Amino acid sequence: MPLVYERFGDILVLRPQGDLDLGAVEEFRRVAERALDENKCRKLLINLKGVTFIDSSGLGVILGRYKRISLLGGQMAFTQVPLKVKPILELSGLLKIIPFYDTEKKALERM
Amino acid sequence: MKALQRNHLKMKFLSAAENVGVARLTVAAMAGQIDFNLSEIEEIKVAVSEAVSNAVLHGYAGEQGYIEVEVIAEDGVLRVIVTDHGRGIDDLARARQPSFSTDPERMGLGFSFMESFMDQLEVSSVPGQGTRVEMVKRPGGGVGGHGQHD
Repeated sequence: MPLVYERFGDILVLRPQGDLDLGAVEEFRRVAERALDENKCRKLLINLKGVTFIDSSGLGVILGRYKRISLLGGQMAFTQVPLKVKPILELSGLLKIIPFYDTEKKALERM
Repeated sequence: MKALQRNHLKMKFLSAAENVGVARLTVAAMAGQIDFNLSEIEEIKVAVSEAVSNAVLHGYAGEQGYIEVEVIAEDGVLRVIVTDHGRGIDDLARARQPSFSTDPERMGLGFSFMESFMDQLEVSSVPGQGTRVEMVKRPGGGVGGHGQHD
């Protein structure tokens, strides 16, 4: 699963692609942790536009990053949540603790 | 396209994380032979992913073993059976509770998703011998059953 990231000021934007399942979480964790370490960002925006599937393994790796960001007093948000991914995020309760924005632009302005 | 009266598929694969997607997509292809809508097929994919991931992560816990997935499409009903011959689950009632997880990076939602997304879920496990998960789903019967047929 390719994971592209980009930095905008103090916000790190992660753009995972493909299926976020058990086969992908190690790579996601490794790249996300390295990007957070190197960029010293306290805010993390995950753009889910390219995610074609998510299950509890994928949610778990996102939750792990949320815990790290929260411990540092930072903020996390989602943007461009695909229609078929949204019900899983809702059912997991993650959308109750992590806000989501329609567009990346809006998220970057409001975070 | 006329739906098949009955179809039956069995697969057996090593407990590698990469095979979770293989199992999920194969079962989704079988589900496509029954009258499920797209959101129901997504739900089936999540449920299969959870059952197979559990077998990889907990059944074999890093060791290699075989996982069997059997899919039966009959009378418009989909039945999926995921079996491993790993360590089994000591306390099944506890493992099935939402948010129970042995790993801080996991949400403990595997069984909750299987229960929410399928119409029936039966889990049997013998410590030291393995776990068998049987799930059944009918078109129009579950969470996404009221969606549009595409």
